[in-house]
Amino acid sequence: MSNVNRPIALALRGLCKRFDRPAVDALDLTVYGGEFYALVGPNGAGKTTTLRMVVGLLHPDAGAITVDGIDSLVDPVTAKQATAWLSDEPMIYDKLTPFEYLEFVAGLWGIDATTAEARARELIDWLGLGPHAHERCEGFSRGMKQKVALAGALVHDPKLIILDEPLTGLDAGSARQVKNVLRERVAGGGTVIMTTHILEVAERMADRIGVIAGGRLIAEGTLDELRLKTGATATSLEDTFLTLVAEEAA
Amino acid sequence: MSQPATLTWLASHELRLSWRDWMTLVTAGGRSRLRTVVVTLVIFAAFLHLFANWLVAGYADANLAPDAAVLAGVTGTLLLTWSLLLSQAMESVTRAFYTRSDLDLILTAPASARKVFSVRMSRIAGSVVLLALLLAAPFVNVLAWRGGAGWLAAYGVVAALGALATVAALALTIALFRTIGARRTRLIAQIVAAVIGAAFVIGLQVAAILSYGSLSRFAALQSDWMLARVPDTASVLWAPARAVLGDLGALAAVMVFASVLLAGSIALFAGRFGEHAVAAAGVGFGVTRRHRWTRGFRSRSPARVLRQKEWTLLRRDPWLVSQTLMQILYLLPPALFLWVTFGSKTDAYVVLIPVVVMAAGQLGGGLAWLSISGEDAPDLVGTAPVGAVRAVLAKIEAVLGIIALIFAPLVLALALMSSWAGLVAGLGVLSAAGAATLIQLCFRVQAKRSQFRRRQTSSRIATFAEAFSSIAWAATAALAAAGLWHALLPALVAFAILAGARLISPHAQA
Repeated sequence: MSNVNRPIALALRGLCKRFDRPAVDALDLTVYGGEFYALVGPNGAGKTTTLRMVVGLLHPDAGAITVDGIDSLVDPVTAKQATAWLSDEPMIYDKLTPFEYLEFVAGLWGIDATTAEARARELIDWLGLGPHAHERCEGFSRGMKQKVALAGALVHDPKLIILDEPLTGLDAGSARQVKNVLRERVAGGGTVIMTTHILEVAERMADRIGVIAGGRLIAEGTLDELRLKTGATATSLEDTFLTLVAEEAA
Repeated sequence: MSQPATLTWLASHELRLSWRDWMTLVTAGGRSRLRTVVVTLVIFAAFLHLFANWLVAGYADANLAPDAAVLAGVTGTLLLTWSLLLSQAMESVTRAFYTRSDLDLILTAPASARKVFSVRMSRIAGSVVLLALLLAAPFVNVLAWRGGAGWLAAYGVVAALGALATVAALALTIALFRTIGARRTRLIAQIVAAVIGAAFVIGLQVAAILSYGSLSRFAALQSDWMLARVPDTASVLWAPARAVLGDLGALAAVMVFASVLLAGSIALFAGRFGEHAVAAAGVGFGVTRRHRWTRGFRSRSPARVLRQKEWTLLRRDPWLVSQTLMQILYLLPPALFLWVTFGSKTDAYVVLIPVVVMAAGQLGGGLAWLSISGEDAPDLVGTAPVGAVRAVLAKIEAVLGIIALIFAPLVLALALMSSWAGLVAGLGVLSAAGAATLIQLCFRVQAKRSQFRRRQTSSRIATFAEAFSSIAWAATAALAAAGLWHALLPALVAFAILAGARLISPHAQA
């Protein structure tokens, strides 16, 4: 699909973050509305740092972040209104039930109670959490907690969902449910940005894939475009990824 | 190096872990701050010795004769210490049962679990004894310095008390496991620990108030009624008190008794400790606490949603309930005192107000620590369209709301007695709780609430600053209640503590 006439959901320009060494180094990245974008890269490449800056959990040393046309460094609260963040470690409150958790999240995003409740019930059914909706999360498995966290990310109907390794630790059934939910979001016009080490997931689900290494975007495009960059035409994303990263390291 | 999997090898492993735990607690994880911490600890130890000197110097060279009154007084003090140690030991034993940490490794390793748990119980006993010795050191040192080396025998008695507290804590916790099961033991044991810690002090104060109209806990111990009912001075029950007074034979008997009992208990409970630890480890799985769905979502502002969340989480935290219960229990004697003296036109409130203000500061600090630093979903709150300041303010409002709810009845009762007393108490409660909250805000760290089970993971500096701030506000309130302008002096000290905490806090240095 051509991106020419599509609105820009996320734009990063010259983004930099340094800890004891540069974690993100003058990164430029554009993700369009209604796009499923996968960010892949080796451990320590700067994927999570980049996304944590986008959602406001880290402040960049330099650069600009625009979310849905809003400069998130100037007006972070408005930018956050359009965004949802889901990390690999499900961060929910063990002492709350899924229903209470979703009410809390909807309240934080200022969603009208009637709309939020209807959406919460729908999400709970959709993710198969119905029988546990009124049980405290403390006894839940990791997969169930991740589903509750995902429901929380979706209950305020964000335009941009950013996920950091959302499938870590999930069983096959739960992983499929999460993937289905994300596909539905993109089909409905939402934008998804996801980091993953499971390259098959990126290969199957993403419209475009960005390869990041050493804090910089070393390649970007559809799977075919990435293959062309490596000069091979019939390899998997895994082969393509390893070739790109090896070239960068060399 | 000793042979792997032997008792000495396991003990050295536990010792290493204990040492690193202790260093982390003292330095709050930053080794670079070690020097500052050592200097602070030395100053604090000196302060404690000055305090002890003021409190016990008069007894040091009094050549106390071991009559019934002296023995009852010393025994009462030892029982008071023991109840606090028992509370601490129960907290340690419960934590050892429910902290999963290396349990999987221990139980799947080809080493004797009995041996491992024996060492672990010894470690608990060691930490309780160490705590007892540290608590007693300023008093014993002052007594020995002013009254002679004979007082050093008290160290042995205190160590024995620590060992006996561990024995009682092990027996009590295992009895709870056997009677009510692993799932409910954690909450009940934590509440029992809190209640035991407070019960003896409170019981004596209540007895003193009802009998003598005084808050002094020693009034009841030294009363004619009590002295007529205590055992004969030759009784073996006085052995700990006699040992404190320098009777070396009694000291040897007490230490041997405590050591034998501790060794016997460890041998007896080592097997069961493992069984119950396994049962406790399974508690987290399959816990289903259903809440009936009785209402729909409510439209509320983000700030209100945040406050409500804090209140719900605090209410559902059994550990916090037990800690809060202890703070509230300490308010019972002042409340009773108020009740007994109400309408008698006395100036009793001058004594009461500092107690209430001190309790508000301590409770406020505890709640603020958990609420501000403990956040199970920091990413969620951090990515929500709510300003960071608003989110923190909501937590502070939640803490002060609880303080207001707990202390309002007492302040109201004082206001009915005297409007000035009510005003001073109300302002004192707010100041002490507010200052303690601000101190915890200066030293906030971000971690999951479940990792905050131990109050000790808080910065030591913050804990001391919070305690001294509460004392300063209590003194301010006491002097203000008496209508003295000198109240300004401790108030200035309280502000100086707050400013000092702000200056040395990690956030100010960052």
